[in-house]
Amino acid sequence: MTMITKRARKSAARLSFSGPLSGLFFVLMVVFILGPLAWLGIRAFAESWTFPNLGPDGWTLRWWSVVLGDETLGRAVQNSLALAALTVLVSACICLPAAYAFARYEFWGRRTFLIGLFALNAFPKMGLYVTIASLFYALNLMGTVMGVLIVHVLGTVVFMTWIPAAAFAAVPRSLEEAARDAGATKLRVFISVTFPLALPGILVAAVMSFLASFDEAQGTYLIGAPDIMTMPTQMYTLVLNYPNQVAAVFSILLAIPSVALLLAAHKHIVGGTLAEGFQIK
Amino acid sequence: MTLIEKIHSTTPTHRETDAGGSRGLRVRGLHKVLGGRTIIDNLDLTVQDGELVSLLGPSGCGKTTTLRMIAGFLAPDAGSIQVHDREVSALGAEKRPSAMVFQNYALWPHMTVVKNVGFPLKLRRLGKKEIEQRVDAVLALVNLLHHKHSRPARISGGEQQRVALARALVQEPELLLLDEPLSNLDAKLRVKVREDIREIQQRLGITTLIVTHDQEEAMSMSDRIAVMNAGKIEQFSRPAELYSRPETEFVATFIGSLNRIEGSLVNGAVVPGDDVIGIRPEDVVFTLHASFDARPAVVERVVPHGHFHEIYLKRDDATLRAFASGLPPAPGDRGHAAIQNALTFRQGRLVTTGGVAL
Ligand SMILES: Nc1ncnc2c1ncn2[C@@H]1O[C@H](COP(=O)(O)OP(=O)(O)OP(=O)(O)O)[C@@H](O)[C@H]1O
Ligand SMILES: [Mg+2]
Repeated sequence: MTMITKRARKSAARLSFSGPLSGLFFVLMVVFILGPLAWLGIRAFAESWTFPNLGPDGWTLRWWSVVLGDETLGRAVQNSLALAALTVLVSACICLPAAYAFARYEFWGRRTFLIGLFALNAFPKMGLYVTIASLFYALNLMGTVMGVLIVHVLGTVVFMTWIPAAAFAAVPRSLEEAARDAGATKLRVFISVTFPLALPGILVAAVMSFLASFDEAQGTYLIGAPDIMTMPTQMYTLVLNYPNQVAAVFSILLAIPSVALLLAAHKHIVGGTLAEGFQIK
Repeated sequence: MTLIEKIHSTTPTHRETDAGGSRGLRVRGLHKVLGGRTIIDNLDLTVQDGELVSLLGPSGCGKTTTLRMIAGFLAPDAGSIQVHDREVSALGAEKRPSAMVFQNYALWPHMTVVKNVGFPLKLRRLGKKEIEQRVDAVLALVNLLHHKHSRPARISGGEQQRVALARALVQEPELLLLDEPLSNLDAKLRVKVREDIREIQQRLGITTLIVTHDQEEAMSMSDRIAVMNAGKIEQFSRPAELYSRPETEFVATFIGSLNRIEGSLVNGAVVPGDDVIGIRPEDVVFTLHASFDARPAVVERVVPHGHFHEIYLKRDDATLRAFASGLPPAPGDRGHAAIQNALTFRQGRLVTTGGVAL
């Protein structure tokens, strides 16, 4: 698409979204989404900021040096990144084949299993983790990478199954049949047609799983602490021992990988094949 | 002769006709039950080498099902499918010598036009150079070289259709299958594309089976038409014969327009009986003056159809529809209507045509 048509489309979208009600809606959106972020950003550099004052009393980088100077933090960052990547990988290996099966085959217990996946998330997390912990004691998995990994993977199963299943199901069968007709084996059809067309959905699932793992604190703390500390669990310690500006700094640090990942995926998901692919039946 | 040579040759490829030629496609005893219902019922069909045959029938009669079994997407319960005297019914779709054009074109949206058309050749592990040459040749054939690097979503429906055709042709299939290839195009384009398809098919001499429910489409492009009804082939003949000599009452009503009257025709008049007579509207002639074997008639309704009018005539023995060109009569006009030709069916099968017993 050329820039001109893109711009034309954008302005058309803007025109159709005018009116006082949608204007108000837009302002509310900005306040609710950007407001807390701005507050966080200011707070991370504030000397102190107490209730009646409209702004902070002074500016400082002290909180950043506290956080960045903490030698356990480096380890926590490494742990978090490695664990999130590993979680996505393991989760993909387990869940993507399942997602494909859900999308393409009719089998006994299919519905029950799909709903069961949701039920897994409906349980209060802490209760689930406590149960898992007692099981892990018996299996000697407490405080091990394996134990933490299992907890993280469990937390991503829903994303990694439901979203890719929908993506696989949305690939029109005739596109796969056309590939077979052209002479492709079943495996080749999957590699050349089904997978690339489902890729945007799979990427979304991968990003969400990565973020879920990156954010996971309760289970990680219960199973991993004190041997395996990630950024969120490290945050408990930091926040308990320092003023709450440190929490703001830490939040921003925690958000960096998420934002980076979303920006990287954005191009693929919004501008890439997905948008084009669905214009064709 | 390779595809490229065929594309560049100007004379139509020699085509054997009728029984003498080798068989492009031979289907015997094809049977399929789906959801507890017999969808295809012991179907036989033979397409000569280089022939274009249309599978024509009402919605739900099993045309797509038949085509999908021939293409290899659906396993028949029984029956044999031979392409150039080679049994293919045990082979998967990827191993069959046929190529299919899908109703919705089924172009891969994540590949450009060249990639789409080149994919079948890439699977055959041909060299880069050869793939490029063959893709270019076939894109030139369908007049799409200028859209080589476009994504399918960026080109028009007619162009997408041609890409789909190119993707099938580039495989140099022994048998070309098309499922309602024109149904997603507008009326004008449909006429043009069907002529293009016919022209290319003639040029390449490729054995072709087209599924359609549009009789005009089938009539205008086919060497022969197989009229299908409820999982069976009712009649398999040349288009003209299908119209003038429909073997069954179903074919007679399905193809073209027909006055269907219960009874039989005696000296130009309808008399009650167990048979069914079918009269084409163009065989009903309305005149203001009395003539031999015409009977008095009143014009009840006149429906304009552009270049001709459809006239509803009431005679004392029957109500008839007639076609008239030129200045039409007005409702209420009195005159005489004669039946010049009629088909008589007994138990659904043709027994006489004109006044000649079979
Ligand atoms: N998987 C299936 N299970 C049960 N019935 C089926 C199945 N597939 C097709 N049918 C039935 O088989 C019949 C023939 O279907 P088919 O698609 O071959 O019709 P068609 O002649 O191509 O019709 P159309 O012109 O509407 O495309 C229909 O009545 C359809 O409902
Ligand atoms: Mg059909």
